[in-house]
This record gives sequence, structure tokens and C-alpha cells, in this order.
Amino acid sequence: MTAENEATGHNVSRRELLKRVILGAATVVPASFVTGATSAQESFETLTSAEAATLEAIVARLIPTDENGPGATEARAAYYIDRALGDALAPSREAYSAGLAAVDALARRTKNAAFARLAPQEQDDILREMESGNTEGFTPNSSTFFELVRTHTLEGTFCDPHYGGNASFVGWDLIGYPGIRIVVTADHQRLGQSPRPLHRSAYDFERFVKEVLRRDR
Amino acid sequence: MTVRLEKTDVVIVGLGAVGGVAALPLTTAGLEVTALEAGTWLSRADFAPDELRNNVRGWPRSAQKANKEIPVHRPNASAPDSPRQSVHPMMNAVGGTSLHYWGLSFRLNPWDFKVASETRRRYGASRIPKGSTVEDWPFDLAELEPYYDHTEYALGISGQAGNIRGKIDARGNIFEGPRQRAYPMPPLRGTGFTDLMASAARRLDWHPFPGPAAVNSEPYENRAACVYHGFCSRGGCHVGAKSSTAVSTIPKAQATGHLNVVTEAHVIEISVNDDGGVNGVTYLKNGESYFQPAGVVLLATYTYENVRTLLLSKSKAYPNGLSNNHGQVGKHYLSHNTGAGVLALFPSSLNTWYGLPAQGIAVDNWADDNFDHADLDFIGGGNLWVYTERHPIAAAKMNTFGRAPRWGSRWKAFIKENADRWTGSYLQKTTFPYEENYLDLHPTVQDPLGFPVCRITADFKDNEKRAAAFIQDKMVQWFKEAGAIETVRQSIGTMGPTTHAYGGTRMGDNADTNVVDRWGFSHEAPNLGILGASVMGTSGAHNPTLTAQALAWRTAAHLIGNWRTISS
Ligand SMILES: Cc1cc2nc3c(=O)[nH]c(=O)nc-3n(C[C@H](O)[C@H](O)[C@H](O)COP(=O)(O)OP(=O)(O)OC[C@H]3O[C@@H](n4cnc5c(N)ncnc54)[C@H](O)[C@@H]3O)c2cc1C
Repeated sequence: MTAENEATGHNVSRRELLKRVILGAATVVPASFVTGATSAQESFETLTSAEAATLEAIVARLIPTDENGPGATEARAAYYIDRALGDALAPSREAYSAGLAAVDALARRTKNAAFARLAPQEQDDILREMESGNTEGFTPNSSTFFELVRTHTLEGTFCDPHYGGNASFVGWDLIGYPGIRIVVTADHQRLGQSPRPLHRSAYDFERFVKEVLRRDR
Repeated sequence: MTVRLEKTDVVIVGLGAVGGVAALPLTTAGLEVTALEAGTWLSRADFAPDELRNNVRGWPRSAQKANKEIPVHRPNASAPDSPRQSVHPMMNAVGGTSLHYWGLSFRLNPWDFKVASETRRRYGASRIPKGSTVEDWPFDLAELEPYYDHTEYALGISGQAGNIRGKIDARGNIFEGPRQRAYPMPPLRGTGFTDLMASAARRLDWHPFPGPAAVNSEPYENRAACVYHGFCSRGGCHVGAKSSTAVSTIPKAQATGHLNVVTEAHVIEISVNDDGGVNGVTYLKNGESYFQPAGVVLLATYTYENVRTLLLSKSKAYPNGLSNNHGQVGKHYLSHNTGAGVLALFPSSLNTWYGLPAQGIAVDNWADDNFDHADLDFIGGGNLWVYTERHPIAAAKMNTFGRAPRWGSRWKAFIKENADRWTGSYLQKTTFPYEENYLDLHPTVQDPLGFPVCRITADFKDNEKRAAAFIQDKMVQWFKEAGAIETVRQSIGTMGPTTHAYGGTRMGDNADTNVVDRWGFSHEAPNLGILGASVMGTSGAHNPTLTAQALAWRTAAHLIGNWRTISS
């Protein structure tokens, strides 16, 4: 966390700071993640609370919190998806309603409980079945929905934090991405070098204005 | 009601990579040029280093035109439509797709201009792929060379020459045709990874060279040098180091005082006189309709829109679409065979998190006819290209090389270790035009204005598949020599909408098989010029843009020299 604070060099909102402190503290105690404790309760904007619970449980299995550190939960991938479904990913909103309901129905049918309440191994069974595409109850099929959620979970874990995911840069740190640099030197591109990780969103640089995002679509 | 504007000498429809080049010689010669561009200007602040916005969502564009008219593909005339692509790769803005392209700026090699005759001469007529409509270009590389040269200097291209007036320099591409002088700038910087690959190529006795790029390797004409931060593919350059037409030829043309740029001008039709010549264009801007009369119209809206605009411009003189009385508009279509790449996994980090796709190393030993095809079952070949660029979402989406599942803890451990240990390659292979591959209007799918979108009927044939497999073998060999521990061959894919789309308004002397003449002007409507890769009849093994830009310059030069006879 120190490298992040050192490199950020810009004003962080109080809420953001609080979030980082919570997550920072949590990473010191990885056991709490391994047991599946969720991060601070998010207020979801687009998804219903039942949908959000199922989605949080799915992303937690796709990129689990484990001995290799934080996963999609800490990256807040579900939060990213929730926000995006009211915005850039709005065309997928219906697919999520139908798909998440189908996941839950499948869980109840085969394991007698809501997906979010199943043990991780049981959740994995269901996800594997969905991935194979052999499961009923999905339109057009379960693998399409699985791939949709997987794609968005990756986005939410590894995107610029401006979009609500990759919180505290846990995704970038996981894969060793050293962050956005505006000027890259020859040394930064040599074999055997690992540039010092920088934790900045593109929109922390004054020259790039968030306003242009409003015009996008 | 349509507002009728004052007549101008030349209208350029679409101020992108090629329209933006043609504007410079025309205005320098003093012709009054009105450029009608569907997009607007984008500024440096638009080009944030944001992978989600650039590469995932395809947002950096100033108007949403292309995305509302994405061509529909089907592999052949009896097949159903393929699922429609969700994003159009091309950009609507002043500067067009040159704002967010990679900027690789190869010239074509000499063979590409005479594929048909050279194949017959060296291997016999039977070796021309069955069903292909390939013809030689109406001229050879030497004829285009001066225009390549003008374009390279007007834009600003970095690179290492391999052949200056016949003198071969092994630091550059030894297979390139003669050029009159060196590039205006030295090549982009090498990286640890590209050095590794270049050494491996040399051990194989191949001839690696740094690729030419429309990116400043040093300050050029008051524009900054590249800072290698690596977000310019599908995003523009925030320091103006990419030599897009928006920061090079277009401002220079504006400085002449003869270029009138009209933004957010969506051209819907080119009109004609009874004698068959064109007399202007109709465009929509902010809900109003305008007619812009002109002595000459140059159509530069990229391959799919060039064809669509012609087919939609129907009149008494051209009942089947403008310049289509010979039924050639949309024919001889080809999209570059750039699928079928190879991925490689290395045992240690490549440190390719930064850098741009134009910062790479090429090998042309297996391109074109640079090797003997007597005992092979295909014609042509491919350029091998490896480069330095990696972003986090794409890195995490990496292929797992059969070594891990696609999610869960084992996958997570795998990407943690390997996200920076893999790389791809960009393999551009010869593609032929075929009778069965063409563009037309879709019978039912329309854009928001109610006009049919472009339909692509095309599929890769045996020659393309064999060339692809051969080139993949070479790429695997190269990666293995460099130390790769796993390789994966990617599929050839379909011929859906692409960034390298050629033909549809092919150039040639024969009006029965070509839409435009050797100068780029319509065989049927003499004051209509067509700019872009849509006039090219062969792909070669290199990116199209510099060639399309040199051709646009040549068309402009011809127009300047023959203004009285061509304009009306
Ligand atoms: C990610 C990416 C990477 C690429 N990399 C390379 C590379 O490394 N090297 C290379 O050679 N090529 C590359 N290309 C391809 C290259 O961008 C094209 O070859 C080139 O831009 C084509 O030039 P053009 O002028 O024909 O089209 P564009 O540059 O797309 O310009 C067409 C212009 O016409 C405008 N327009 C369209 N319809 C209308 C209308 N009806 N009315 C008014 N205006 C209209 C558009 O808004 C646009 O500005 C790449 C493309 C992409 C997307």
C-alpha cells in the first residue's frame, strides 16, 4: 500500500481513502478473505439485492481470494458490473436478470439452496456445468452467460479503477502490471527489469479529462 | 429542403488517412477544396491511456457513424449471415482511422504489383489460384515510388531503409524495392524483447528489420517524439507523436488557406449530370440537408463506405449505382489474411508492458515471392511481425496454453506467473481476390437513416489457408529459436469487417473488370476519383495505409496536372 500512496500524488476522496484503508487492512489478514468474508457491503445501483448476491458469489469463484492474494471480490468486479449495466453495458442488463435467475434456479434444483449460500466447491460444480453449456434454463445457453460474466469479471478486475473495478489496484498488482506511465524509458523496456508499480488512474492525470467519457458511446 | 451551397473546385468525402493526404497536394496547388467529414476534431485530451475505453469499448471516436452501419458478413452466397460484429474498427473523426491505427507504414514490395504475370512467368498459369480474378496493377512500384516518398516526408515516418537506389542495407528490409532516399527519421527504439527476437531471426539466417512507423522517433516538424507509453492502438497519441493526418497533412493543407473542413457532415449521395459526370454531393449536418456542388468529387470514406456510397447513388445515368454500369462496384473484394497468428509462452518475463504495436521487428524472408514456391502448394506468403505492447485486461485474458483451466485458483496462479511471459504475432499473408468474394448492399439490414448497410460475401480459399499454415510454421520456428516453451496456432477466422479491406472499386486499365483507371478516376464518371485501399487489387504482405496514401497523392497530382480536362 505504501507504493500506491507514494505514487498517487493527487487528492483522494475521503470515501476512497476509507475504502483503501479497509482493503489495506484486510490484505494484512488474508485469512479473512480465504474464509469467504465479503468486502464492505456495496450499495448496488442496477442489480437487485438477490441478483447482486448471486453475482458476487460467482465473481468470487472466477477469481478467488486465495494464497495468491485478493481476487475479484476485493477488486469489486461485481460493483463494476453493476455500474456498467446501468451505463455502457446496459444492453446486457436483461441477459443478467435472466442469467442470474437461471443460476439460482439451477442451484436450487441441483443443490437445494441459493447459489450464494452454497459451499465454494458446489458453486464451482455449477459454474463448470454452465461453462460446458450442457445446462438447461439459459437462453440461448449457459455457456454464453458464463462467458459474458467471465468477460465482465476480467474487465472489472483489471480495468482502470475509474470504472469502479480493480479497486486499490489489486488486479494490476496480481499480474504485475506496473501501471500507467506517461513517459516510458528504454530501461523500462529492457529484459530483466521490473518497473516500480505506479498506482494511478488515467484520469488522475490532469491532461486527460473525464468529460470526454460523457460524450462517448 | 436542401440548402444549395456555392460551388467549390474539389470535394473530398471523408477526411481520414487517405482523404487527409490528398488534401495537401491539391490545396498546395491552389485548388479550393471542401472536405466533408462525418466526425469532428479530437484533441489530445481525448486520448487517455485507458484500455477499457480504447480496446474493449472502442469509444475514442468523435461521432457514431461507423458503429451504426457495421457491414454484415456471410461466407458465401448460400450461407446465412454470420453474427454481426458489435464494434466497427474504423474511426469517425478528422484524421479518420489514422488517429488510432498502429501506424505501421510499409511500402509494398515489387512483386505485389505484378502477382499475375510473375506467377505465370515463374511457375505457370496453373498456379494462379482457382477462381481468382487477380490482375497485375496497371503500373509497377517504380511508378509509385515518388508518391511513397512525398507521403513519408509529409506525414513523418520512422524507419530503416533497406534499399536506397539499389544499394542494399541489411539493417533494413533487403527485399524492399529501391527507394530514392532514407526515411525522414530513424526507426523506433528496440526493446529487450524485440532484440531477443531479432537475434533469434539472425541465428536462423533470416533478415529481421525494425518496421517503418507513422510515429516520430525524434521530434519532427514541431511535433514531439514518441514517449512509448503504449496506449495508441485504438487510442490516439496524447503528445502528437503519431503521424496521423490530423496532425500532419491536414493542418499543412489548412495553412494554404484553400482547405475548408466541414465536420459532422454525413454524405449520403453523389449526384450526376445527364452526361454522366458528377456535379456534387448531398450531406446531412445537424438535421439539415446541404448540396455541395463541385468540379471534382474524391470519395475517401474507406472501402465499405466507398462501395456503399456508390451503390446508393443511383441515377438515370447509373441505374445500378454510380460508376457501376459494368457491374464492377463491390467486386474483387479481399480482406487481408491477418488471422491465423501464433501465440508463444516464454519461461520468463518479457517486460512488454509498455510500448506500441509499431515498435517491433519484421521478417520478410517468407513474404511475397521472396522464396521459391516451385514445390509448394500456394502462391505468396507473409510478413512476420512481433512487437511490444501489453495491457492488463488483455494480459489477463491470455491463452492458457493447455496448462491451466480458464478460471478459479489454478487459473489465477497461472496468470500471476505468466501474464508477462506470453506474446502474440501479427502475420499478414497474401490474399487473392476471387469471383465469389464481393461487397453489395444488404437486402434488409439498414442504418438509422434507412439506407441498407454493406454486405460482405467472402471466405478464405485454399491458397490463403495454405499460406497461413506455412507462415504459422515459420512463426513457430522463430518463437522456438527465441526460447518459447509453448506455442499455439490461432484460427484463420472469417472475412468479416476488417481494417485491411481492399477492392470493391479496383484500379486497372480494363473498364470491364475495374471501376477506376490507372489514375484513380472512374472509367464511367470521369470527374469522380476514388481514394483508399478499395482501388487496390492485391494485398501484398504489408499494411495497406501508406500505399493507399501514396496512391491518393498520385491521384491528386494527376488531377492537378489535368485539371481542365477532368473537372466539370
Ligand atoms: C486498430 C487499427 C490499427 C491499424 N493499424 C494499421 C497499421 O499499422 N498500418 C496500416 O497501414 N493500417 C492500419 N490500420 C488500417 C488503417 O487505419 C486504414 O487503412 C486507413 O485508416 C484507411 O484510410 P481511409 O482514409 O480509407 O479510411 P479512414 O481513415 O477510416 O477515413 C475515412 C473517413 O471518412 C469518414 N466518412 C465515412 N463515411 C462518410 C460519409 N458518408 N460522409 C462523410 N465522411 C465519412 C470517416 O468519418 C473517416 O474519418 C489500422 C486500423 C485499425 C482500426
